[in-house]
Amino acid sequence: MHIVVCVKQVPDSREIRIDPNTNTLVRQGVPAIVNYYDLHGLEEALRFKDEMGAEVTVVSMGPPSADKALKQCISMGADRAVLVSDRAFAGADTLATSYVVGMTVKKVAEEFGPVDVVFCGKQTLDGDTGQVGPGVACRLDYEQLTYVEKVVELSDKDKTITVHRHLEDGIEVVKTKLPVVVTVLTELNKPRRASLPGVINASRFKPVVWTTNDFADIDRAKIGLKGSPTIVSKTWVPEPRKIDTKMLEGDNVAVVASELIEQLWSTELPTRLGW
Amino acid sequence: MVEGGITVAEEQNVNQKAAEPKGASRVQPVPEQDFSDYLGIMVVVEQRAGVAKKVSWQLLGEAKRMATKINAPVYALVMGHNVRHLAEEAIRRGADKVYMSDSPVLEKYRTRPYSRVSLDVIRTFKPEIVLMGATYTGRDLAGAIATHLPTGLTADCTQLDVDENRLLQASRPAFSEKMLATILCKQYKPQMATARPGVFLELPADASRSGEIIDVPSPMREEEVVTEVLDFLEQTDRINLEDHEIIVAGGKGLGSPDGFKLLQELADALGGVVGASRAVVDLKWIDHDHQVGQTGSTVRSKLYFAIGISGAVQHVVGMQNSDVIVAINRDPDAPIFKVAHYGIVGDLYEIVPAIIKAVKEKRALPFATNSSAANASVAASIQS
Repeated sequence: MHIVVCVKQVPDSREIRIDPNTNTLVRQGVPAIVNYYDLHGLEEALRFKDEMGAEVTVVSMGPPSADKALKQCISMGADRAVLVSDRAFAGADTLATSYVVGMTVKKVAEEFGPVDVVFCGKQTLDGDTGQVGPGVACRLDYEQLTYVEKVVELSDKDKTITVHRHLEDGIEVVKTKLPVVVTVLTELNKPRRASLPGVINASRFKPVVWTTNDFADIDRAKIGLKGSPTIVSKTWVPEPRKIDTKMLEGDNVAVVASELIEQLWSTELPTRLGW
Repeated sequence: MVEGGITVAEEQNVNQKAAEPKGASRVQPVPEQDFSDYLGIMVVVEQRAGVAKKVSWQLLGEAKRMATKINAPVYALVMGHNVRHLAEEAIRRGADKVYMSDSPVLEKYRTRPYSRVSLDVIRTFKPEIVLMGATYTGRDLAGAIATHLPTGLTADCTQLDVDENRLLQASRPAFSEKMLATILCKQYKPQMATARPGVFLELPADASRSGEIIDVPSPMREEEVVTEVLDFLEQTDRINLEDHEIIVAGGKGLGSPDGFKLLQELADALGGVVGASRAVVDLKWIDHDHQVGQTGSTVRSKLYFAIGISGAVQHVVGMQNSDVIVAINRDPDAPIFKVAHYGIVGDLYEIVPAIIKAVKEKRALPFATNSSAANASVAASIQS
């Protein structure tokens, strides 16, 4: 069993703030982290390494500094890590990204053995699109299972996988044949901390780095900005709807509370809500 | 929400794209294909067991609005088994023409058979815009279709428009929803987007509308499909915020996950449900089903309480279309007050119990809590 985990190094967008005076992003001091959904994919792969001796290869597309993210994956227990890095990949939208990641998984299969499962996070923190996972499945012509919150069974013998997919109003139990791309939710598991042998491995770790030149049949029209059909035409901080806010004040909270209730009951709300 | 805030030119290349190196060419490729005969706006109708997701009709309403601007037809694509009633409903909801693939192989959603039908229809009938709900299923299918075509896809839009050049302006939250970005797909067709449930307005069903239903065969046979849906475990206790008219939402100002118990008490007194800001969901104070503004829960409630929520953009875009908004915050300068109809400055742990008491008196509700089931449900989803 060979499992590939796709990870992305992202700015921790939870830490990004908007400067209220200039309406611009404050990026200073924002740490680069491994997209945390991806770590749940890695943990699931490592579970199958522990349980059935699966081999775990981590791949990432990003700048050279993303080797730090891969180092973290090695310290958690991944067997190898590949960094796909080239200025020509920059500016990629989800379509161009899925092309390169798909090519990478194909090359991983050629060099390190056939791939059975590809785990991706359900989406990235910086993009929030969730489109690269399904895109990679298409590129590889693998089955796709998205928004997975539990892997019920992974069978090396039958080459099948059964999962719980999270939907709006319930859980779908789905079974399919390997190879498969699985995108995962955080409910799946709790990512482990680095182990001591893992940290030692990571300290010596140098990722395998592939550039465009390492892909013999890559179509340069499909990568980077050139291969990206979408463009961002503008970004802005939306102005809130203008509202005439009525501030409620009083000598004590009971007065304020009953004032609020009087106000609410003077609207159409009681009729519309059946109070 | 109002467009026209400050445009941040240096942050253009965001969100769907990795950072662009300085000086890189911004030239877009000229695709070999000619897209000039692509016409019309298509909505992919999502259904399970013959029941359509509301977002499908909301998107048809929005498609109709945009189509009127550019004088284009509105199409619906309905896939499933025994779904003719949905094709008819799509016409009543604004579609001029419905492509319907009705086949046992499409009874339950599976990526491959659904994407094969969608690709056949899009390639044959050539809509210039294709819209789908940003639901779990919608995003699964859209990602597959856009890659196969290939074309550009914008995820999880909260605003859609079309300009005089028939370009779809797909706007979506970016940077943990702190900003909005408008994304274009200039040189490929169709232009594709998934859009959030609860943002757009559906048209009332109009029985006098007429339209054509075109049968489309499913290209896949059951024996070619390797994915099997074994079971569906319905979770009736799961909160779907967009279905509720009263939401009592809490944020970091609660100070701890326990604060949600107080909010649940207020929600029970009002007949509502508990919501939460992204910040506290990220802190795992409460299950992400309660998050306002996340995919699937942009809310248009009739009454919205924002308690201990400062009012960051990502929250405001998710709730500001509510009819009546009440904000309670310790900080008189909290931005949430700008979008609230009623504001109260002070300690929520004093104010909220007073409001609960006043509501119960007004509604003549018993004071001993009679809603242990609801309490248990929120307690289960509060992560300690």
